[in-house]
Amino acid sequence: MINWIWLGLIVFGVVIAAATGRMDVLTKAVFDAAKTAVELCIGLIGIMALWLGMMRIAEQAGLTAILGRILRPIMVRLFPDVPADHPAMGSMISNIAANMLGLGNSATALGLKAMQDLQSLNPDKETATDAMVIFMAINTTAITIIPATVIALRVSAGSTNPTSIIGTTLIACSTATVVAVTSAKLLQRHRAYRREQSHE
Amino acid sequence: MSEQFSQLAQEASNWAIPVIFVLIVVFGAIKRVKVYEVFVEGAKEGFNVGVKIIPYLVAILVGIAIFRSSGAMDFLTAGLAPLLEPLGVPPEVLPMAFIRPLSGSGALGVMTEGMKTHGADSLIGNMLSTMMGSTETTFYVLAVYFGSVGLRKTRHALPACLLGDVAGLTMAIVICNLVFR
Repeated sequence: MINWIWLGLIVFGVVIAAATGRMDVLTKAVFDAAKTAVELCIGLIGIMALWLGMMRIAEQAGLTAILGRILRPIMVRLFPDVPADHPAMGSMISNIAANMLGLGNSATALGLKAMQDLQSLNPDKETATDAMVIFMAINTTAITIIPATVIALRVSAGSTNPTSIIGTTLIACSTATVVAVTSAKLLQRHRAYRREQSHE
Repeated sequence: MSEQFSQLAQEASNWAIPVIFVLIVVFGAIKRVKVYEVFVEGAKEGFNVGVKIIPYLVAILVGIAIFRSSGAMDFLTAGLAPLLEPLGVPPEVLPMAFIRPLSGSGALGVMTEGMKTHGADSLIGNMLSTMMGSTETTFYVLAVYFGSVGLRKTRHALPACLLGDVAGLTMAIVICNLVFR
């Protein structure tokens, strides 16, 4: 599917730009985007190193295992293919917790640590596992308890009630999470997405 | 009251990371982990992860840049607005629905612009804010996470996550129509 969407973005975009005479804008945007991508990755290196270091200490001290144990009943159900005591459980929980607290880049770094742990369980290093997709479903619909950035922007836009959206946001993003996780669970058995013959 | 609350939230996120660091280091020391040495050992991997993501992120961000800069979104918005307006979807929030999974900064821009034009406390202002928080920048997250471990075959990840986005954005519109109208 990602192949089709990527193709679509490029072809549809270029055709529309040609029709509306925006080829100059598009060309500039392409090179800016390529540059931004590298800057984002470089920016992530320091934060990544910091959290990988911290998580290594947490792991050796047995902290991540404790985290994993607390939420064991839920985690085992969500990720039946991951052994209950595996470090991946602890790092996934730290990522989800960091996302809930709105810790941005730190959450990303912890999430990438979790992906490494999940990848260590993966027999086919090029194809996503069921557990990874469930983890991505939770992650791309991240539940934030307090959407701090949105609240701050509402304050600066002159809102008299900047926190009014906390309740509605929670309802909307929990809906998103439930639907994404359920879809992942249902689709993983679908013929087109089964691991042996996944062709995407 | 809500002003204080948002300050409190800000304060809490300022505290979270230092407190976590202290917890980890102290707990490690109690368990006789050689904290400095182990930290450095773990941190070594940071560079590789960052570099590994580059090709994935270039691919996704360039695709999204082409789509956005072409004006294709205005096209889609104009086409869908008359169909969705009777269902309670104000045309002003449609750009947000399209851009939210594609670009975080783009979505923030749409939100800020919309609040400036219509007022932060209007139905549209509240709806844009809720849509902003209802889901994540799916394409970016998938590229970074899968890229970091070198996965190319993503199986059902994109369809599942996009269904989640649609559900979250739809729920944001529905709930705001009920609460803020």
